[in-house]
Amino acid sequence: MKVFCNGEAQEIAPGMLVADYLSQLGLDASSVVVECDGKILTRKEYGSHALQDGSVLELIRFVGGG
Amino acid sequence: MLTIAGRKFRSRLFGGTGKFSSPEVMKEALAASGCEMVTVALRRIDLNNPADDIMSVLDRDRYLFLPNTSGARDAGEAIRLARLARASGGGEWLKLEVTPDPRTLLPDPIETFKATEELVKEGFKVLPYMNADPILALRLQDAGAVAVMPLGSPIGTNQGVLTRFQIEIIIAQAQVPVIVDAGLGAPSHVAEAMEMGADAVLVNTAIAVAGDPVRMARAFAMAVEAGRIAYESGLGAVSKDAAPSSPEDGLGFLR
Repeated sequence: MKVFCNGEAQEIAPGMLVADYLSQLGLDASSVVVECDGKILTRKEYGSHALQDGSVLELIRFVGGG
Repeated sequence: MLTIAGRKFRSRLFGGTGKFSSPEVMKEALAASGCEMVTVALRRIDLNNPADDIMSVLDRDRYLFLPNTSGARDAGEAIRLARLARASGGGEWLKLEVTPDPRTLLPDPIETFKATEELVKEGFKVLPYMNADPILALRLQDAGAVAVMPLGSPIGTNQGVLTRFQIEIIIAQAQVPVIVDAGLGAPSHVAEAMEMGADAVLVNTAIAVAGDPVRMARAFAMAVEAGRIAYESGLGAVSKDAAPSSPEDGLGFLR
């Protein structure tokens, strides 16, 4: 199935959990905030929230800024 | 000692974390500055370069993170960024920035006010970046801002305190701490702001882009301290007419 992550279409396994998706991308879940279809997920939800076909994801984190 | 929303700060210099040449230089410069609160921004992760996590070098026990809403062009975008910052573990502290015009990066007073009202309701400790408007400062204070952050000059310009007259009024009127932010390009600029009675200053660009950011951070820290001591010590009155500093009496032997 397909999801749209940070503006890019990505092919992933059906029903993949957010936590598994993050680890597939090589991301440390503790430093990432996930917005899925406009809703901010809590870190606890990463392990239970399954991605849907067509889900729109934003993966955000802190960067340097003033 | 400076207190903002019940939290005490020994240093009156706040640091930014943007524009440094490397995370290591940033870490060393922030340590040299003595600052205890640092701003951070929120951005999309670059999926092609996910290892680029510069925040991992900062010790969260040493620095209070002040996430900003940079990039927001209206209240709605700023509120979305604020919620993301909190979900990212950024805590309740927030530097609210709403800058619709990319050329000037001047803050939108109406959207900033609207976002302040909403974010205070949601439990954020809001420090709004604002134009140096004394009336707006009072309105933001009344809306629940825990400090106000009037600009010295536009972000990243290094032009210093061009808004001196307005900032003097803000300092005289505000019940919340006044943190002069943006455009402070040299230690003399922060000394000026502190001598005027600003409670603190925020510096990013001037330290980050210096030839030697670590030594420049130290120079800014010294200037902040010097300016504060001068303010607390009571500066002499400014006069148009000269006044001799040597005695006027005892010159009879000359003429």
